[in-house]
Amino acid sequence: MYWNEKYECLSRDELKQLQLERLKQTLERAYHNVNHYRNTMQAAEVEPRDLNTLEDLQKFPFTKKQDLRDNYPYGMFAVNLSEVVRIHSSSGTTGKPTVVGYTRNDINNWSELMARSLMNAGVQKEDVIQNAYGYGLFTGGLGVHYGAEKIGASIIPISGGNTKRQVMIMKDYGSTIITCTPSYALFIAEVIEEMGLGPEDFKLKAGIFGAEPWSENMRNEIEQRLGILAIDIYGLSEIIGPGVAVECKYKNGLHVMEDHFIVEIIDPETGEVLLPGERGELVFTSLTKEALPIIRYRTGDISRLIVEECECGRTSVKIGRIEGRTDDMLIIRGVNVFPSQIEHVLLEIGETEPHYLLVVDRVGNLDVLEVQVEVSEKMFSDEVRQLEVLSKRIRNEIESVLGVSVTVKLVEPKKIARSEGKAKRVIDKRKI
Amino acid sequence: MVVKQLSVFLENTPGRLRAVTSVLAENNINIRALTLADTSDFGVLRLIVDKPEMAVIILKEKNFTVKLADVIAVEMDDTPGGLDNVLEVLDAREVNIEYMYAFMGAKPKKALVIFRVDKLEEAVESLKAKGIRLIVTEEEAADLIYYCWD
Repeated sequence: MYWNEKYECLSRDELKQLQLERLKQTLERAYHNVNHYRNTMQAAEVEPRDLNTLEDLQKFPFTKKQDLRDNYPYGMFAVNLSEVVRIHSSSGTTGKPTVVGYTRNDINNWSELMARSLMNAGVQKEDVIQNAYGYGLFTGGLGVHYGAEKIGASIIPISGGNTKRQVMIMKDYGSTIITCTPSYALFIAEVIEEMGLGPEDFKLKAGIFGAEPWSENMRNEIEQRLGILAIDIYGLSEIIGPGVAVECKYKNGLHVMEDHFIVEIIDPETGEVLLPGERGELVFTSLTKEALPIIRYRTGDISRLIVEECECGRTSVKIGRIEGRTDDMLIIRGVNVFPSQIEHVLLEIGETEPHYLLVVDRVGNLDVLEVQVEVSEKMFSDEVRQLEVLSKRIRNEIESVLGVSVTVKLVEPKKIARSEGKAKRVIDKRKI
Repeated sequence: MVVKQLSVFLENTPGRLRAVTSVLAENNINIRALTLADTSDFGVLRLIVDKPEMAVIILKEKNFTVKLADVIAVEMDDTPGGLDNVLEVLDAREVNIEYMYAFMGAKPKKALVIFRVDKLEEAVESLKAKGIRLIVTEEEAADLIYYCWD
């Protein structure tokens, strides 16, 4: 089942030719319209015309999240704002938000990629999609929405949360597809069970899950408890949003939408391009984006390339599951959390030691984050009440910065291990 | 006029209280009174000891978070209404009691109460004015919690 058989099953030679043509255009567009790209390319002594083969892309400099922040809000845009029809952005929890824009064509392309992605999971025109990804600045909700409308399926834009109502709607409206984060899918399964219902009470057949790393075990559990096919989807707003890569029903790697993106795996230390099968950092270059062309964007996600013929007939290269991060970013219930954000809050409060430890665990199916904070003499009071007030204040401030609920545990000084090099700030007990 | 009280932050895990008492024992510091306030995650140990300044130094060396606070020690009659009399005085001056703990003194028919209050000077003044005995002189302290006065 293909949405666009021509492009999904293009021969490798034709695909490479198409990529090369589009890459040249993208480099030109970036070089001539975005100061940042012109400056970095000049510094690296390369120009778009130095690209003669796809391998030449390796001569071009990387783009990092920081570059988008440094050019906040619109500095990376390659078109006038009048051409931009949509603006999404990250939450900006680790500093300035990263702002991404889309032209009319970009939205059409994104919808196309999402239509392909949904169809990979078996979505048809007749389906009823319950879209429990968040709507708003986050790309998940609207990404799925537009893809579904392109197919002509019926979409319920329910967004996340209010789980009992989700279940009621799922049952009464006969939703056949669910889209949300995998951990939320498990939470929904739990609520369904608590309500004394089971898969037989629903018409669900598949789910498309992304926005956080998950495992094969988690897939098995979702599939069993919801009685559905669970499909992994990958994307990030800097590249386009969801729909950068998606699994087919054979569930052996995620097909990269190679007619729109070039994928590379690099050694995160040296920046050197690695061979298929080797683990490293995912790097993407956009081939069709107008508003925000992105050249060799370092995602920070660790994966590998799978180059093999897929039973589904799609000819694209696949990426393996996301296995980790190159930085210390945590994904808690779909939200990006950097230890530095918590450090910042503690320093702002001023009464705490800058020593802290994040303990992440999964209780039931939900991620929980405990922030251990050392009690300094300054913050210590012989009045328990005051310590509780302080602990609550730390909790509130962290929650308002992260947008995730946390528990704060006050611990004795020097309790948190000091290290000579990079401090160990995170203990991740989750078994994903 | 006031007594020095140590407070120590303790995690609510086995062995933490003992860690404090061991340090005090090794350094020959005598505990005169103590109370432990606890929450689900942590506790605050409050201690009156014979050598408070020294206790602070050695506990800090062992990485404990320690604080010295001024508290008032009041001698009262160990009879019905004894505490009520004292509280009446504090109440009249709208002194708020943050916390308190009581124990028997060395004197017969006398009890001792430690108060941590929001308005220390007013508390001391009003108690004295009503003839209620605070631990102020060395002799008195020796009877009750000697070496702990200021």
